[in-house]
This record gives sequence, structure tokens and C-alpha cells, in this order.
Amino acid sequence: MEYILLIVGAIFVNNILLSQFLGICPFLGVSSKVDTSLGMSGAVMFVITIATMITYLLNYYLLVPLNIEFMQTISFILVIAALVQMVEIILKKISPALYQALGIFLPLITTNCAVLGAAFLTIQKNYSFLGSITYAVGISLGFGLAMVVFAGIREQLDLGKTPVAFKGVPIALVTAGILAMAFMGFAGVVKM
Amino acid sequence: MAKESTLKNMVLVLTLITCVAAALLAAVYGLTKEPIEQAGVNKVNAAIQDVLPEFDNNPFEEKMELPLEGAAAVQSILYRESAPESLTFYPAAKNGEPVGMAVETFTNQGFSGRITLMVGFLPDGTINKTSIISHSETPGLGDKIDASKSNFSKQFEGQNPATFKLIVKKDGGDIDAITASTITSRAFCDAMVRAYNAYILYKLE
Amino acid sequence: MSKLGILTKGIFKENPIFVLVLGMCPTLATTTSAINGMGMGAATMFVLMLSNLFISLVAGIIPDKVRIPAYIVVIAAFVTMVDLSMAAYVPDLHKSLGVFIPLIVVNCIVLGRAEAFAAKNKPFDSMLDGIGIGLGFTLGLTLLGAVRELLGNNSIFGIKPLEGDGMLIFVLAPGAFLALGYLMVLFNKLKKRTSS
Repeated sequence: MEYILLIVGAIFVNNILLSQFLGICPFLGVSSKVDTSLGMSGAVMFVITIATMITYLLNYYLLVPLNIEFMQTISFILVIAALVQMVEIILKKISPALYQALGIFLPLITTNCAVLGAAFLTIQKNYSFLGSITYAVGISLGFGLAMVVFAGIREQLDLGKTPVAFKGVPIALVTAGILAMAFMGFAGVVKM
Repeated sequence: MAKESTLKNMVLVLTLITCVAAALLAAVYGLTKEPIEQAGVNKVNAAIQDVLPEFDNNPFEEKMELPLEGAAAVQSILYRESAPESLTFYPAAKNGEPVGMAVETFTNQGFSGRITLMVGFLPDGTINKTSIISHSETPGLGDKIDASKSNFSKQFEGQNPATFKLIVKKDGGDIDAITASTITSRAFCDAMVRAYNAYILYKLE
Repeated sequence: MSKLGILTKGIFKENPIFVLVLGMCPTLATTTSAINGMGMGAATMFVLMLSNLFISLVAGIIPDKVRIPAYIVVIAAFVTMVDLSMAAYVPDLHKSLGVFIPLIVVNCIVLGRAEAFAAKNKPFDSMLDGIGIGLGFTLGLTLLGAVRELLGNNSIFGIKPLEGDGMLIFVLAPGAFLALGYLMVLFNKLKKRTSS
């Protein structure tokens, strides 16, 4: 039950994109089509979950015992960058089909703040190893949900006429604002 | 401009840069360690000053830790085990006479997690003032528990919890909750009740 | 390009927020008030300036294939320094910016300037570029923060010019998107008028 609450909370109540503002770049950049945003969400989910596991172990079994927590930022970002590279190589070898689907999104993920943000948040919130994984899955599901819903809206938006000054990013931001308002309705459903 | 990449110089350069970065960081960490700790102490001292009537001793030096029995944080498989919870008491006195007690209390029921605050009690148990030490509530909503943002915390001042119910009105108490932030208001009350109960217990002993 | 040109281009012509649309996460998340926006901008500017200077100095000896990891290590080191110093000397601001200070590492502006400008230019020019872009970022953040604070809280830099409450929505998450969206529309209009 606790697991479900944590996941639901991370998806709806504290949605990583619409209320925590992490990972906005891909949110605005790659969300003009539903299938590309599905691909991106898949890749992000993969990386967030593994990255959170590794940074958790790194933090509590290396940095904390050695009392060098000030190296967190450097070591986490290096782990994520290396991880993304590794995932890319491994995926290419064992599952070319999956690589075809996710491949082009992987290099973008290193600078996706949702990944590094998730690593910091799990430590800030003092989750256990199991809790961290659950939280990471919840975060990435929330990321995927917001991405796909937003892409669906943007596909429709492209069909309509937009005033020149609103074209591109501004109209996307206004749309995201209205979407965020809808997600605010979930506030208080689950206590984090 | 860019150098040719051989395995040797790649490893060398990366190792070098990382070592320099680590050494520099260790130096900065050493320099800032004390100011960071001092900032935390200053914050607590300012909160003590804020919530108590005038005093002339040093409450921070005379602080007492009171472990909470049974009321420890809810242990869940999802969270790391944390040290047993305790409340900190800072006794204040003027000319040797006790004038009040500042209690550093907390709640984990906040909308975005833990809220830590300082409550000043007069010797008869009346709440003198409160001051937020740290919180992560939503700006514009839950952060109104901060006295500088709204009058929410003022309704506690001068009230004695023996007759004044520290529960929001919605739940049958005497506290006007912050609009659209009932969870935060309940959490604030939770922290106050914890402080008051501990203070009463302390006085009985 | 003249030194002054390098310094000022970030403010309007290549404004990182309104024209390049980079660094959106801290832009949206930390601008709940003008002072928070300004603090975040200043922290980013500091990192930009130092990392640009340093990377421009060492760019010649870094092998091409490992340049991105090397830049990231340099940037992360400066970010941690800023993080620690802020925790020591401005603890309240540090607390309210929270996780977004370490996240300057993944701010596309910083790595982007390192790769696009600092790696190819002289150290002093690179530093000016860092200051200029950082200034543009700070101005954008402060403006957005001021607008949100004024509309949402009816105050500016914590001072209330008039009695009464604001429209709370602008301080909350949706308001960040809305305010930035409409500011960008205004910016586009302004740019069109000045260029025609």
C-alpha cells in the first residue's frame, strides 16, 4: 500500500514536470509528437531508475562513510554521464529494436535535470533503497504521463491558427500552465 | 586547437582535472564548514530571541535534549532508519529567575515533509510566540505559517493550551486554518501539541 | 566583435531565456519572488564566468574525445563551490533555492557556452561572455520573479506598495508557465518592433 501511495503521489500530486519543474527542456523540446514523447519517456524512465539506484549506493556506501559529501554533485553527474553512454552501448548490442526506438534520445538525457534532480531528491527525502527505486519509478511515470498528454495537446494545437507572437514556445508555455492547473486538482489526494 | 585523443592523454587529462577539482573542493569545504555550522546556530539563537521575553542567560549553552518515547517518527520500509527523535529545550532566565522555555519542535505531517519550529512557553504554559526554523511548504500557500508572511501564527500567541484547543476549527478546535492549506495548518498544530505535551511532562518531573 | 559587444549581447539579442530558451527548469522553479530569481541568476552568472574562464584556459590541452566530461567536471566543481559558499553566507536564500543550486550543473546554458564560446575564444573574452550571458539570465529571472511576485503576492522585492492580496495562482506552479509564456509574447512583439 505504501508503495502505491508513494508512486501515485509522485505521478499526480508532485508531478516532476508540472509542479517540481525538473526536466522542462525535453518537455518543451521533444513533445511535439506523441510517439517521440513516448520514446523519450521510455528512455528517461530507464535511466532515472538505474541512476537513482547507483547514486544511492554511491552516496551511502562511499561518500558518507568517507565524509566527502561535497563531492556529490561531481560524482553524480559523472555517474549519470557514464551510465547514459553505457546504456547506449549495451542497448545497441543486445536489443537493436529497442535501441532504434530510444537511441536518439539517450544523449539528451545527460543534461536532463530530472535525472540528477531525482538523485538529489531521494537523498533529501531520506528514502531507503526500496523507497528510492519506488520513488524513481513514480517520478518517471509522472514524467511520461505529462509528456504524452502534453504532446497530444500540441499535436492538436498545430492544426489551429496561432497568433504570430504566440508561435512556438509561448503557446506551449501557456498550454503547460493550464495543464499544471489541472494537475493542481490532485493536491492533497495523497500525502507525501 | 583540440588535441588528438590517445588513450594515454585522455586518461591523464581527466584524472588531472578531477584531482585538481577534488583538491579545490576539499579546500573550499574546509573554509566554509565552520560558517555553515555557525549559520545554523545563529538561526536557532535568533529563533530563541524571537520567541521568548527578555532574558540574560545563554539558553543555547544550557540546552537539554528530551527523547520522545513512542512518538518516534513512523518507521517505514520506504525510509532510511533515522536517529530516535527528540525535542530540544532551551531554558531562559533573567536575574536567575526562569522567564520561559523555548522548545524546538517538529512535525513530519507537512504538505512537503518536515517542518521545524521554535515555540516559546512562559512558565505557566502560555504560548508566548512561535518562529519557523525550516520548512519546504509551497510558496504562497503553506509558507504562510511563517510569521512574516501572514498572521496565522499570531493566533497562538498569549493562549494557554490548557484551555485553548490546538486543533483547526474544521476538526473542532480553536485554530483558523490557512485558506487552501489545511494540511499545513494541521501539521503546524501537530508540532505545537508535541511541544506543549513535552513541556508539561518536563514541568511535572 | 568588440569587447562591449560580447558583454551586452546576452542582455537582449541573445538573451538566454527569451531568445535561446535555455535553462528553463530554474527559470520556472525559482522565480516565486524577485529576490529568489535574482539570487539564482547571480549564482548561475558566477558559475558561468568562472567555468568559461577556466575552460578557455585549459581547452588547448584537453583531448577532443573527453572534452565534454572534462567540462562537466570543471562546471560541477564551481557549482559545488557556489553551493557551499551560499550555505555559509546566505543560508536563507540557499534554503529557498534548494536543489536547484546543484542543478546548475545540468543547466544547458553553462555547458552550451563552454562548448560554443569558451573552447574557441581567448580567456578574457570568454569571461566577458560568461558575465554577459549571466547578466541576461539574471535580468530575465529577476523580471519574471518580479512579475510573478507582483501579480501573485501584490508585493515587489518583499515590499507591498498597495494593500490587499494578489492572484495566488501566479506564485504557484501554473503561474510560472503562464507568466513566462506571456512575457515571451511581449518580448517577441518588442523585438519585431525594434527590428522593423
